[in-house]
Amino acid sequence: MAEPFTTLTSLPMPLIRNNIDTDQIIPSREMKSTGKTGLADGLFAGWRYSAIGGRDPNPDFVLNDPHFADSQIILGGANFGCGSSREHAVWALAEYGFRAVIAPSFAPIFAGNCVRNGILPAVLDAAAINAIEKASQPVTIDLAAEKVSINAAQSWPFPIDEEPKAMLLEGLDAIDLSLKMANEIAAWQTVDRAKRPWIYLGASQ
Amino acid sequence: MPKWGPFLPEALSLFDKLWDSQVVAALPGGGALVAIDRIFLHERTGASALNALREAGRSVADPARVFAVTDHIVDTRPGRTDKTLMPGGQAFITETRAAANAAGIALFDVNDPDQGIVHVISPELGIVLPGCTLVAPDSHTCTQGAFGALAWGIGSSEAEHAMATGTLRLNKPKSMRVRFSGQVSKGVTAKDMIMTLIARHGAAGGKGHAVEFAGDAVEALDMEGRMTLCNMATEFSAMSGFIAPDAKTFAYLEGRRYAPKDALWDQAVTSWKKLASDADAVFDAEIEIDSSAIGPMVSWGTSPEHSVEIDSTLPETAGDRPLQYMALEKGESLAGKPIDAAFIGSCTNSRLSDLRRASALLEGKKIADHIKAICVPGSSRVKREAEAEGIDKIFRDAGFEWRESGCSMCFYAGGESFEAGSRVISTTNRNFESRQGPGVKTHIASPETVVASALAGAIADVRELL
Repeated sequence: MAEPFTTLTSLPMPLIRNNIDTDQIIPSREMKSTGKTGLADGLFAGWRYSAIGGRDPNPDFVLNDPHFADSQIILGGANFGCGSSREHAVWALAEYGFRAVIAPSFAPIFAGNCVRNGILPAVLDAAAINAIEKASQPVTIDLAAEKVSINAAQSWPFPIDEEPKAMLLEGLDAIDLSLKMANEIAAWQTVDRAKRPWIYLGASQ
Repeated sequence: MPKWGPFLPEALSLFDKLWDSQVVAALPGGGALVAIDRIFLHERTGASALNALREAGRSVADPARVFAVTDHIVDTRPGRTDKTLMPGGQAFITETRAAANAAGIALFDVNDPDQGIVHVISPELGIVLPGCTLVAPDSHTCTQGAFGALAWGIGSSEAEHAMATGTLRLNKPKSMRVRFSGQVSKGVTAKDMIMTLIARHGAAGGKGHAVEFAGDAVEALDMEGRMTLCNMATEFSAMSGFIAPDAKTFAYLEGRRYAPKDALWDQAVTSWKKLASDADAVFDAEIEIDSSAIGPMVSWGTSPEHSVEIDSTLPETAGDRPLQYMALEKGESLAGKPIDAAFIGSCTNSRLSDLRRASALLEGKKIADHIKAICVPGSSRVKREAEAEGIDKIFRDAGFEWRESGCSMCFYAGGESFEAGSRVISTTNRNFESRQGPGVKTHIASPETVVASALAGAIADVRELL
């Protein structure tokens, strides 16, 4: 179960590139174990280190900028998290300490993975993201109010569906929620089995 | 959509029909609990999903609907074992094997005759069926929408959810229809069709949508071309891509291992014939593409949206970062750009028809001396059938390596990669930075274009070979 997400105040780290794919967030070679941990060291490895496979920090990459060392929010570009469905990308972000990504759009599988691991994918348009970057000061994300703000005068609403919002706010486990509907699932399958018997392999083979 | 009277049903799109038939219950907030008919795992993430499920004290609700395969990091060099070139890679294979056996699910293991890339073997085995929902923790699961199924990629947590409950919690996406009208010209393939769509409408162009591919040029494709088309729906950021099933679909599936048999088959086909958009169905978005205007496509940058027709130049709007990574310049022509390597394989273009078309162009010829060229059949079955036709010999005689099936160097999860910084022409779906190895510059294209380029030693227009 993920830690509940309510409000978060942090200096956002700008990484405003379009189409940041999950291969960049956690390169394949950095997924060294079959578990969900030990991934933070490989976060953005291809950009973060000077040489492939090495560990010397590339001083030009924003993750190595001490100014953003405690940042828990990434300001991203459009189509953030595209590419492979690997949830390791989100596990790596979470393990490193990020709790939110603000971007103009997200790849759908990545956004779902975020919610299931307590990371907020917040959609703001490029103009708002540029304004936040330019302000270069901490922002507060208030999930209940669906709002990102720098101060009382500068804030931006972001849209989020009801279920991911509730899951993030309460740290809910989706499997537990669905297992509570076991009776409805069983009833549906009884009706469906009569309509589509070929789907039920155990019974027909 | 207005109803025209109390007795006329509302016109529905294929997506509406697929969705409505799977909804178990409405959820608060507008979502739905959707029944999942088939779940496929692979060794890259399968062990972690199965182990996490077990550690949470949960079990697989219906093991008969869950399948696993070794494809992502398995070695594709001849004589393979559980060992892979990836450091620590063997554990992914052995742990997935143990977890799959413990859960009682079917496993197509390293040397199983039915082993292969998940999106190649699922259709081959008749696991994907029209009208079903199928998910796998792999973004290219949308490939299988070619069968009139709703198939899409998920994360590991969702795989656990689907296994534990037989359902997923979803918000219904919007619907989009992409019509490829007319017919493509010679040398133009399904790969060029989907690359054209993404180049014109962007890598996020399908975001929030379930995309039906339709039109004369789609109907004209064989099942394997349709799979190639649907394969890259995820590169369009769509939830999935799919095509209404027809006689070709049924002919492909009939008699396959997990497909229904006898009376059950007839009953299934009767039901599947209803899976088409009604004539006056309304879509949230529609795109029309004149297929006759599509040419062979090649990517120039680091997203599939960075693609152009081979005889055009790089756009003036090209971004600095992808240009720098690919060592190219605005206004430059791709044709004639020297390459170091060529790759035919991946869930996009590794099926028998792909290898047949490629070998027909290669027959009796030699690729350029300096090129490293690799062909990786999409499944062990494709490999056997290709060898029975002598296709392996044509590839080998031309200078290609001929491999065991798997994902292989589509990306380098198996630990093998092209030389750092080399320029590769590839039938894969992704030209991301370092996708095929550190610093590797990948140009994605059809198998035909890959062959033409391997022969020329430089990116080449296949139409000059025809």
